[in-house]
Amino acid sequence: MVLGTNLRFFRHIGVVEARFQLGLNFLMKGEPHMQVSMTVNGQAVSGDVAPRTLLVHYLREDLRLTGTHVGCETSYCGACTVIVDGKAVKSCTMLTAQAEGAEITTIEGLAENGDLHPVQEGFWERHGLQCGFCTPGMILSAVTLLEENADPSEDEIRLGIEGNLCRCTGYHNIVKAIEYAGAKLRGEEPAPAEWEVKA
Amino acid sequence: MSTTSALGGVVRRREDPALIQGKGLYVDDLNLHGMLHVAFVRSPFAHAKITSIDTAAAQAMPGVRAVYTADDVRHLGLLPAQAAAIGRPLLADGEVNHMGEAVVMVLAETRAQAQDAVDAVDADYDPLPVVIDLKEALANTNLVHEGVESNTLITWTAPFGVEEDGLNELRAKIDEYKARDDVVTVSLEMVNQRLIPVAIEPRSVVAEWSAGYQQMTVHSSSQTIGAVASAVAGMLGIPYNQVRGIAPEVGGGFGAKLALYADELLIPWAARELDAPVKYTETRREAASNTIQGRGWLGTSTITGTRDGQVLSYEIDAICDMGAYCQDLTVAIPFLGVFVGSGQYGFDTRMQLDCVVTNKQTTDAYRGAGRPEAIYYLERIMDAYSREIGMDPAQVRMKNYIPSESFPGAMSPVGFAMDTGDYAMNLQTMLDSPEYSAMKAARDQPRSDGKLVGLGMSTYVEACGFGPSALVDLGFSWSGYGQPSAFNGSGLVRVNPDGTANVIIGTGPSGQGHQTTWAQIVSNELGIEMDKIRVTHGDTKDAPITIGTFGSRSAAVDGSATFEASRKVREKAARIAADLLEASEADIQFADGGAHVAGSPDKRVEWAAIAEVAYQPHRMPDGEEGGLEAHAIFSPGNATWPFGSVACLVTVDPETGDVSIEQWMSVDDCGNVINPMIVDGQIHGGIAQGVGQALFEEAIYDDEGNLLTAGLIDYPIVTAVDVPMFNLSRTTTPTDVNPMGVKGIGEAGTIGAAQTLVNAVVDALAPLGVKHVDMPMRPRRVWQAIQDAKASA
Repeated sequence: MVLGTNLRFFRHIGVVEARFQLGLNFLMKGEPHMQVSMTVNGQAVSGDVAPRTLLVHYLREDLRLTGTHVGCETSYCGACTVIVDGKAVKSCTMLTAQAEGAEITTIEGLAENGDLHPVQEGFWERHGLQCGFCTPGMILSAVTLLEENADPSEDEIRLGIEGNLCRCTGYHNIVKAIEYAGAKLRGEEPAPAEWEVKA
Repeated sequence: MSTTSALGGVVRRREDPALIQGKGLYVDDLNLHGMLHVAFVRSPFAHAKITSIDTAAAQAMPGVRAVYTADDVRHLGLLPAQAAAIGRPLLADGEVNHMGEAVVMVLAETRAQAQDAVDAVDADYDPLPVVIDLKEALANTNLVHEGVESNTLITWTAPFGVEEDGLNELRAKIDEYKARDDVVTVSLEMVNQRLIPVAIEPRSVVAEWSAGYQQMTVHSSSQTIGAVASAVAGMLGIPYNQVRGIAPEVGGGFGAKLALYADELLIPWAARELDAPVKYTETRREAASNTIQGRGWLGTSTITGTRDGQVLSYEIDAICDMGAYCQDLTVAIPFLGVFVGSGQYGFDTRMQLDCVVTNKQTTDAYRGAGRPEAIYYLERIMDAYSREIGMDPAQVRMKNYIPSESFPGAMSPVGFAMDTGDYAMNLQTMLDSPEYSAMKAARDQPRSDGKLVGLGMSTYVEACGFGPSALVDLGFSWSGYGQPSAFNGSGLVRVNPDGTANVIIGTGPSGQGHQTTWAQIVSNELGIEMDKIRVTHGDTKDAPITIGTFGSRSAAVDGSATFEASRKVREKAARIAADLLEASEADIQFADGGAHVAGSPDKRVEWAAIAEVAYQPHRMPDGEEGGLEAHAIFSPGNATWPFGSVACLVTVDPETGDVSIEQWMSVDDCGNVINPMIVDGQIHGGIAQGVGQALFEEAIYDDEGNLLTAGLIDYPIVTAVDVPMFNLSRTTTPTDVNPMGVKGIGEAGTIGAAQTLVNAVVDALAPLGVKHVDMPMRPRRVWQAIQDAKASA
């Protein structure tokens, strides 16, 4: 009995994952390439990529911006979230070619002149991260959430980050971190921490 | 302002600046020159003979450098494990025993080329009968492995250490209880389902071999990098001191990165064979089907007690799913459940846990590891019993606790000495809290929205902080990996000539904040400013002999070792300072970056000045050796036994079966606390994983052994909208088994959570006649329970 070995193993593949695999396959040498140009973290970049190169691979492999993480390859976990033209986008389900001419912000480009963005500061102040793997995507989703809604309720924050999975924090301190950042961005004093910080 | 840290203080995490700016290094971020990439051909069958493997087409694919099968790696032996009743071949050897088992390893210049070549491998299989159902596995209807008489690998019984005669006497005694006419006996068959750990970072391994220096470097996203280095050394025949294991940032572990994996040996082996760096990063699908899974018990709990709440006996008979092979601690995981089988209670307890192999992925340590399962069965049946006799479940628990006077060293009915505990005080703290009163009031408030409301509570005890050196005799060591070290802690503290300090530890974080906590321990002991202390971990080149991070052991065991190393450094520094200040050594105190004479803060010398003398031996007091560093190994006399009380309020929509958590609280006791912020964070995350088990998560294998939940769409973990804010408080009962009095908190949240939520849902549905709902309590299952109850009413 002869079977393609992967046929049944992959029979529950979703469309999205198939697309991810396809993207990988087209990274092969010898594949026709195309020119792409975009602005990443304020810098103009251009490159030569296979047409189906996914944005996350371009960022990680070509630009070596490894703060954007691959967690699930199915646009479900959100670890690969970056900001494309002001919107939070899961870069494992966007082609590099689709980002032609776009303004992209990755986690590496969020701090300005060495000053942390208030959301980054909030995650630090309120223990919004543990292992840190989901953190870049979570922070960038929170940044766009606060741009769209300057004073979100707890429920609105939770709904706003529903597409970003965290396995460490139980989200409690992530919500607190975003509340902290929202207050800072509004020019208000953040609510006190649940603990007294000593140093 | 004091810049040194006291234990018990919140200090912002020192690991965060890199992580919040995307500058942390995870294994998959490594990109070494000339690096080859690995992909595996994996079995599409749960159980089959491999009749042929044709790799010729794959070998000829672009960029492919090598294609390996069992024939190439058989000589290396089976994957070493601590309890290897059934060991795993590094690549399937003639037979596959679970879906996704690695059959062929392909190495190519790019990951895409490797994956493409995987599709070109032609492997033929002859399917065999599969063993999926646990009762059929126990009945040996079909056997998973040839040449083995039974699917049962081991049967754990409790009380621990009691032979069959003694167990029969206990059975007879329990039968007498049941025959009394003033008692009720309540019994439930319940599932504690298989789970997939789901660290958000998939596992990744990179190996480099230096032929010139005969040096192997293995980077792995592992909780136990010392074990990885030991195993690589042993299996590849390289001396341990020529293997360097590095675990940089580890993106979540939860036990799944404790086990040693075949790829952690195959990748270094291939790197040496091909003299090139090699990387393997698992896909999410591989993470689901090939990283270890957890739980997987099917059991019956039975409780017998009087109508006024005095429990006479508790019994559990369960079948525990080991999967196809034994990995790290596989059969030892249910044994960890035996440790806490009788919980916080003093009543007679009998346990029988049959550990069976099945044609599924191996189970091993997943957050809690045996203890959530054991506490689940116990606390669910305590709840059912309370309901049966119409008593407040909190009062029933109060009535049956081991009294605080029995501590320290109370003996549990299942046969273990427990360190410290005051269970009634802890539960009373929860019952007296305004939050608990508010939940009770909300539960009894009439509602206009038609939702059913339930209040659930439970209490737990945990055994963690392993562990005593003598556990080696029960198989708890890395001796299976060629390193016969017990589960010791280790720490090294060095004060440098400029007065800064390096702390090098044998345990590493996967999110727990070791760099911060350990700096606090050392700062508190030496009075060196936090900013001048650098904590490093996860590199076997520098570290003292390392065991790793698991079983909520880091602070209690390795933290204690670092504490003791700090104390040694302090004692020596005190002698130098006494000499410099012309004072008595006994009067030297350390704070705010230096030493001073007690009562005379002006008579003071900075750490840098002390260190300068230490590295200029001619200036040292007579008889002192140069240098200012110390190393300590710590082996505790017992595990630590944290405990706590948990409650939650839920609403259930009777139309849809949807469960919503309205409020959650817990009162946890993990002894002394080093950094309350980090401790709370551990509890939050632990609760969320317990909630995930109760509501959503289940690794589902179909009748043919296909894993149906291999992606995050089919295997939903908790999102931000599924949980409320958690209301935490604590009581403090320090342990007496380590110098800091700390217990462990990494798993407590999970251990206390799932049964609390099921108890709450059953409380909501009890008026309809529902007695139990199995996990995961997805809407359809809850809705069905409501329909069934209505139909039989």
